[in-house]
Amino acid sequence: MSAAQIPSLVVENLTTRFGSDRDGATVVDGVSFVLTPGQTMALVGESGSGKSATALSLMRLIEPPGRIIAGRVLLDGRDLLTMPERGMEDVRGGQIGMVFQDPLTSLNPALTIGRQITETILAHRDITPAEAERQAIDLLVRVGVSDAARRIHDYPHHFSGGMRQRVLIASAISCAPAIIIADEPTTALDVTVQAKILRLLHDLQQEMHASMLLITHDLGVVAAMADTVMVMYAGRIVEQTDVDTLFHAPRHPYTKALLACVAGIEDDRSVPLQPISGMAPDLKDLPRGCRFAPRCPLVQDVCRTTDPALRAVSRSHSVACLLVQEETAVV
Amino acid sequence: MSDVVMQVAGLTKSFAARGGSSGSVKAVADVGFSLARGETLGLVGESGCGKSTLSRLILSLLDADQGTVEIDGVDFITAPAARKRNLRRRIQIVFQDALSSLNPRMTVGVNITEPMRLQGLGTARDRRAEARRLLALVGLRPEDEDRYPHEFSGGQCQRIAIARALVLNPEIIVFDEAVSALDVSIRAQVLKLILDLQQQFGLSYIFISHDLGVIKRICDRIAVMYLGRIVEIGSAEAVCGSPAHPYTKALLGAIPIPDPRRMRIENLGLIEGDAVGVPQEDACAFAPRCPMRFDRCLAERPLLAAASPRHDAACFLLNSGKQGNPP
Ligand SMILES: Nc1ncnc2c1ncn2[C@@H]1O[C@H](COP(=O)(O)OP(=O)(O)O)[C@@H](O)[C@H]1O
Ligand SMILES: Nc1ncnc2c1ncn2[C@@H]1O[C@H](COP(=O)(O)OP(=O)(O)O)[C@@H](O)[C@H]1O
Ligand SMILES: [Mg+2]
Ligand SMILES: [Mg+2]
Repeated sequence: MSAAQIPSLVVENLTTRFGSDRDGATVVDGVSFVLTPGQTMALVGESGSGKSATALSLMRLIEPPGRIIAGRVLLDGRDLLTMPERGMEDVRGGQIGMVFQDPLTSLNPALTIGRQITETILAHRDITPAEAERQAIDLLVRVGVSDAARRIHDYPHHFSGGMRQRVLIASAISCAPAIIIADEPTTALDVTVQAKILRLLHDLQQEMHASMLLITHDLGVVAAMADTVMVMYAGRIVEQTDVDTLFHAPRHPYTKALLACVAGIEDDRSVPLQPISGMAPDLKDLPRGCRFAPRCPLVQDVCRTTDPALRAVSRSHSVACLLVQEETAVV
Repeated sequence: MSDVVMQVAGLTKSFAARGGSSGSVKAVADVGFSLARGETLGLVGESGCGKSTLSRLILSLLDADQGTVEIDGVDFITAPAARKRNLRRRIQIVFQDALSSLNPRMTVGVNITEPMRLQGLGTARDRRAEARRLLALVGLRPEDEDRYPHEFSGGQCQRIAIARALVLNPEIIVFDEAVSALDVSIRAQVLKLILDLQQQFGLSYIFISHDLGVIKRICDRIAVMYLGRIVEIGSAEAVCGSPAHPYTKALLGAIPIPDPRRMRIENLGLIEGDAVGVPQEDACAFAPRCPMRFDRCLAERPLLAAASPRHDAACFLLNSGKQGNPP
């Protein structure tokens, strides 16, 4: 990552709660990161760790009684969290394009594919409907929908899962966003279709020199796509670094355990299965100290009393673990 | 040859085509394989290729149009009712969505021993004791018998479903995407349990998944399905190490490897199209997507033939020396 890059999005201490004050849970807890143009940052974690809540918080799409209780999300120097809702509507689908896991629920079943895309364009651009339709066809061609001029008249249910995801991607990039947020964009797809959708997202992101926040639970997808990675566990970022370091020199015991688990499953039969014992904590009833302590193979007494903060261990590597020492003097 | 516990031959099942169009889809077409005692046979293929239909046919939960499923030499499909009930004890299934496969209004203990009750086995007291024993066996607490399914996590529900599958002391268990919905750390726990139980009881498994990674890890032999048919079958080493069918190669090439030094997006294999539509009877079903197709593939359907000893594939390029290497 070049130091001169101007970040496209700066997220500071983002904190989101669901439920009441008494019986609630902080599902995104002090998340901070920076997205860089032309780079993909992966947010990886197991289900319920707060990945989607993070994405929805960035876009201010958290439904009450859920609420963002702290933090800043800076885009071009403006804080999205304090911006009037009107301004936010311009940002969504404008500067920030979104792709979600299930294209069927994100597409309106009653509208043709063409309408879905032209409506996004017309909401952000001052052009005629005919011009918007021309752009929609161009976009569909660009995302690999063949016979686009005819297919804009079809409805979502006429498309396969992979094709629907392409339509959603066309809509997400229709206003040339600086940032793409993709939440499990291929989780519902077959592996041969996944490969094509990942390649498409990658190619578009490179062409547009956009930043991508790619949310996934699949470490294979992370390895293929990410420049930098954040590992999320029970609402917290526990490790953050570049992709090579994450896979080859991870420092957090959870990251290490997760990688061992995957190696045991995906490699060959000579590698023993190495499950992580227990399960992730209930966010409404977190343990004292480190959230991973109850499952951690390296746990010490201090871990059960002291909550570790995310600390830099090197210039581009942060870890939230009391047992991890700094590598060298941090700049 | 090793001791065969199940022999499937010519299994075929068609459904009326969905979406109003007339005609029918062969969800499973002329599928055959054998299962040896203590072996795990993996069944892999993308969604809609007929894996679940095949598992339901094997368990006689669905009537086949044609074909036989022999368990110890007796055809399960045509067996008279009493015999069938007996055979049913020998083969059990665990589904992907464990929670919905359990009865929410019955306690976990009652859920686990329901197959005993249906078979008229044991007293209520025997069944309780059995439930407690099985809960411990699958890594839960015996006292959990009085709780209800919704109080358990996905991984725990899968353990409960496995306990229920074990209650009649079966020889064969079919796992239909049984770990697909689980998070990776929990998936490894459940896979470990599944492998431990096999060791302990000498069980034979049919392990169905769309995830070739998991299949590769736990299966002795692998059958690859494409649009209702087995297109390749052989030892795990042969099928994954020297795949003979272009579809198997495509599947293997499309799996992202969790190591950025070995695989980045640029190396991920890409093939045309997706596995939808009704294949033509007189053509290779994979031909429309196949990077290696030639005229014959569109005019004739290749049959399974030996690629190497005990390793079959249905492709005209078999042993022709013309095949591309896996990406
Ligand atoms: N609308 C909601 N109301 C209450 N809790 C929610 C809501 N959405 C998500 N949660 C909770 O927030 C936590 C994080 O969820 P989510 O961000 O969806 O996880 P992930 O995307 O990592 O699987 C989970 O415990 C989930 O149950
Ligand atoms: N009850 C049914 N009625 C009509 N078509 C069905 C039915 N069950 C399955 N099919 C069709 O059969 C094919 C195979 O489905 P399935 O066995 O569920 O595949 P898989 O488990 O590999 O995803 C699909 O085309 C599916 O739509
Ligand atoms: Mg999510
Ligand atoms: Mg299925």
